[in-house]
Amino acid sequence: MYTKTLNFVENKRLELSDSQLKWEIFFKRLLIVMSAILVLVIIGVLVTLIQKSMPSIKSLGIGFLWGKVWDPVQNIYGAYPFLIGTLLTSFTALIISIPFSYAIAIYLGEYNQKGWLSDLLKNAIELIAAVPSIIYGFWGIFVLVPIVRSLEIKLGVAPFGVGICTSSLVLAVMIIPYSASLGITLIRMVPSPLKEGAYALGATRFEVIRNVVLPFTRTGLFAGVLLSLGRALGETMAVTMLIGNTSAIGNSFKEIFFGPSNTMASVIANEFNEADHDLYVSALIELGLVLFFVTVVVNLIGKRVISKASKN
Amino acid sequence: MEPRIGFRNTKSVIFKWVIIFFAFIITIPLIVVLLYIIKQGVTQVNWHFLTHVPAPPGETGGGIANALMGSFIMVLMASIVAIPVGMLAGIYLSENPNTKLAYYSGLCVDVLQGVPSIVVGIVIYVWIVKPSGGFSAIAGSVALALMMLPIIIRSTEQTLKLLPDSLKEAALSLGVPYHRVIIKVIIPCGFAGILSGITLSIARVIGETAPLLFTALGNNYFSTNVTGPMESLPHVIYSYATSPYDDWHDLAWGASFILLMFVLTLNIVTKVLTRKWKIQL
Repeated sequence: MYTKTLNFVENKRLELSDSQLKWEIFFKRLLIVMSAILVLVIIGVLVTLIQKSMPSIKSLGIGFLWGKVWDPVQNIYGAYPFLIGTLLTSFTALIISIPFSYAIAIYLGEYNQKGWLSDLLKNAIELIAAVPSIIYGFWGIFVLVPIVRSLEIKLGVAPFGVGICTSSLVLAVMIIPYSASLGITLIRMVPSPLKEGAYALGATRFEVIRNVVLPFTRTGLFAGVLLSLGRALGETMAVTMLIGNTSAIGNSFKEIFFGPSNTMASVIANEFNEADHDLYVSALIELGLVLFFVTVVVNLIGKRVISKASKN
Repeated sequence: MEPRIGFRNTKSVIFKWVIIFFAFIITIPLIVVLLYIIKQGVTQVNWHFLTHVPAPPGETGGGIANALMGSFIMVLMASIVAIPVGMLAGIYLSENPNTKLAYYSGLCVDVLQGVPSIVVGIVIYVWIVKPSGGFSAIAGSVALALMMLPIIIRSTEQTLKLLPDSLKEAALSLGVPYHRVIIKVIIPCGFAGILSGITLSIARVIGETAPLLFTALGNNYFSTNVTGPMESLPHVIYSYATSPYDDWHDLAWGASFILLMFVLTLNIVTKVLTRKWKIQL
């Protein structure tokens, strides 16, 4: 309908004055150029990252990813400690966050859809996402680190306070809104005839949620978790302030989990400005490239799943 | 099934309370963080704090005037770039949803939204800081503009898609040229929605630290020179929070409080604006 109208206008073009016609063409081109700029920016980002990490890729090869030692002074670069650090913090945070974000999604999507209490909780969730990560980091240093330290003394591990454990706790809080708010929308979209059918068969509310609502929204909720993961992988400031920044990797799991460590993002944040020779800079940029790929893939899969889930 | 109905009902009720417990417990960390920042920060803030530059370690007093000015300048410059580009790209995406270009730029918006902020910092370092020979507020603004773009584009696109076609058709049928239809009819109709995207994007980038680390760096002195390094609110928090001096920690608490107030205000403004438009950001 609309396209037809446009064509009609297109045909009537001759009636436009010269200056109007010029504006018309200029405006349409401007729109195209502006959206093309986006594509160029992303291609530019990708090309820049690949080109600048070429020296590192060439001289270190694929072994860069599982080299266990990161020692810029000796010119030895291995990303293994940072990969472990990133994966461990992100997945620990994700596992902690899932019960909460599912609970919020089910509560606000199913039990309490309207009213002041529901609005209040929803605004609180949005506020969690709005607080800058630097503030979580700062608060973590002065409040959470001492608490974790006293816990570590009780557990009998080296009481660093900072480390993967502390970062994961803060990260878990920070990523909850991303999966929760998507989950709320999706659970509210479950058609009520489905639920009513189950109630009519005598199902309790719990059974309706378990057997109708959750299976119906399963893929969408999974996509929300992916968005949270993408966010956790790339999170920089809060983690940089809380993880302790050590490039050495511990021997046992306990040592790694409670001890100071480094993630890909935090090592870039800490060392990029101090990197003094080309290979060092290039190795850091290669870390950035890996991070870029991982987060982009996780995010795109998440978005794909969402658009498919919301179409059904 | 009949005899088990009591058990099933109990299970249902228990489940409900477990859900409520988990859903509300998450507000505790939020409240704790907010109260702590307010408690530590509010005593720091006074006129002196807002109008002076940081004092050297060991001296009391000092403020964050340079960081306030720097954040203001950089966010302003980023907005000047990102708002027109984002709005126009958003208009293109909503007006031509089925073209190839729309598909690819839509994809790129998703990609850009997922790029970690630290990677944006690296890229702008390579693009601007390295060739120009030094850290600058301009580089910082470009990094912030890149972070603002996806939010502005998506909110513009979604707002405009909600407008009925009849609006456009009515204007077009009066013989109004296409570009004037967009400027005089479509944008004013969706203004609140677009504006909410803009305020939200500002709220996001005003607290961004990572992209500024390698671009605007930081500056202990008051500076309005956009070609040189410039301090910003989140960066002043980062560098003073990780310093060993108590005076500087106090300064960082004050700065955190101010930053938090900015972010909260911008979010409330966004809320009020989006109440009319049911857009998902």
